[in-house]
Amino acid sequence: MRRLDPRLEQRLVKVLLWAMTLATVFVLLYIVLFILLRGLPVLSVSFLTENPHDMGKSGGIFPTIVGTLALTAMALLVAVPLGVGTAVYLTEYTWENRLTRVIRFGADCLAGIPSIIFGLFGFILFVLKLGFGWSILSGGLTLAFMVLPTIIRTSEEALRSVPRSYREVSTSLGSTKWQMVTRVVLPSALPGIVTGVILSVGRSIGETAAVIFTAGSSLRLPTSLFSSSRTMSVHFYILAREGISMPNAYGTAAVLVIAILAVNIITYRLMHRFIRKYS
Amino acid sequence: MTGIRLLDFSHYFGSCRALNRVNLEVEKNEILGVIGPAGSGKSTFLRSLNRLNDLVQGSRTEGSVEVDGRDITRPGTSLVELRRKLGMVFAVPVPLPRSIYENMAFGPRLAGVRNKERLDALVRDCLEQTALWQEVKDRLNTSALKLSGGQQQRLCVARVLALKPDYILLDEPTSGLDPVSTMKIEDSLRRLKKDYTIVLVTNNTKQAARVSDRTAFFLTGELVEVGPTERIFTAPSDRRTEDYISGRFG
Repeated sequence: MRRLDPRLEQRLVKVLLWAMTLATVFVLLYIVLFILLRGLPVLSVSFLTENPHDMGKSGGIFPTIVGTLALTAMALLVAVPLGVGTAVYLTEYTWENRLTRVIRFGADCLAGIPSIIFGLFGFILFVLKLGFGWSILSGGLTLAFMVLPTIIRTSEEALRSVPRSYREVSTSLGSTKWQMVTRVVLPSALPGIVTGVILSVGRSIGETAAVIFTAGSSLRLPTSLFSSSRTMSVHFYILAREGISMPNAYGTAAVLVIAILAVNIITYRLMHRFIRKYS
Repeated sequence: MTGIRLLDFSHYFGSCRALNRVNLEVEKNEILGVIGPAGSGKSTFLRSLNRLNDLVQGSRTEGSVEVDGRDITRPGTSLVELRRKLGMVFAVPVPLPRSIYENMAFGPRLAGVRNKERLDALVRDCLEQTALWQEVKDRLNTSALKLSGGQQQRLCVARVLALKPDYILLDEPTSGLDPVSTMKIEDSLRRLKKDYTIVLVTNNTKQAARVSDRTAFFLTGELVEVGPTERIFTAPSDRRTEDYISGRFG
């Protein structure tokens, strides 16, 4: 086979890569626009602040917003300390050995398990065995276990990318290991850790299967950790699946998409401010 | 007076022996230059003194290292105290990613200095000792990463001084610097000798000749010889030292 003229090859590759990028952006924009175009007309202050009526056929989605926030907060409250703690242990407090490899392998496997399996597991352990019932507690814990591997692995990567020299300098300046971790290593790794947390927020907000099993689908406003609650994703699923109201389903989806965008934008803003302060 | 004394000291990383039965003394208020080719164990030697090798997996020692009469290889040694007493400057300047002031205050804060005025005075004093004060006094709150390489390294020396150490360990402190910056660091070292004991590991034999009172030559983990710098550079007693100094290898 004759080789291509290098200059032609160069041009072809450039066009190809450009097309790929364009396709990615196009798909993303298409999805977002598709949802916003159908959802935005439904949105109003009352849609956000009122209780649903008639199984969601009319009225707003206020309880599902609260439910989503509560579940996500619960999940993060559990998963972030556990995950970051595990990552700090793996990178700073132990040498590389069989145990650390087993932990890492376990986390990777856990990350690949379909969320509905987590749902089933959470249902059996939290809802039935521990007797938490369908509740924010059960759902939050289930989501926490679901996002834990992501947080562990991204935090670990972030911690490992902190230069060894920072650790040496901190230690040589008379810091204990814990002071080194809290004053030098964690601040430097924070952008990476936050990226993992944002990913987890996105997954928690968007999760449906695991939540239906563990938090239930009550449309009432949750009042405690033991209240059953419906998240926006579950609400969307039920509205669409059972043909209750497509416009309201799209409205809910639009709120979801906007919320996730907002989370991303706000955290990146905060992170930029933080990075400026530390460099 | 003897400050540091190594007795039959060996250092291993896993099964690899980086230092082999080294016997060496460092006198108080001298500059001991340590020379030798790459892989000769001179950095390992330096990092044994403040036990920074502990950060490396599989690190293990034999023999003893006495600092001010106390064997620091013993398990009960307070490492934080030891590292404050033996401040270290690294080959590549490593300012922490924070402001100049915060870099300077890092060590003292860990040691419990909270008083703002005392910190300010300490920061100023140490920056003056490395001739950096005039250059940075108006931008103490800007990032230390924005300084030039030479300034960063002088900041690192000043940061060590802020620990109020008795010893300063330098690991090829000028290897990445231009001649003018190197000269400034060397000037600082000569001035610091009055108050500190300095161990200077260097790749640059001429630097050892310029700055140090005594010079030790390491080769493949062994101390070949140590003596007054003048004698080492004019009449070394070991053939290998002569070969190295005259540039026949390394």
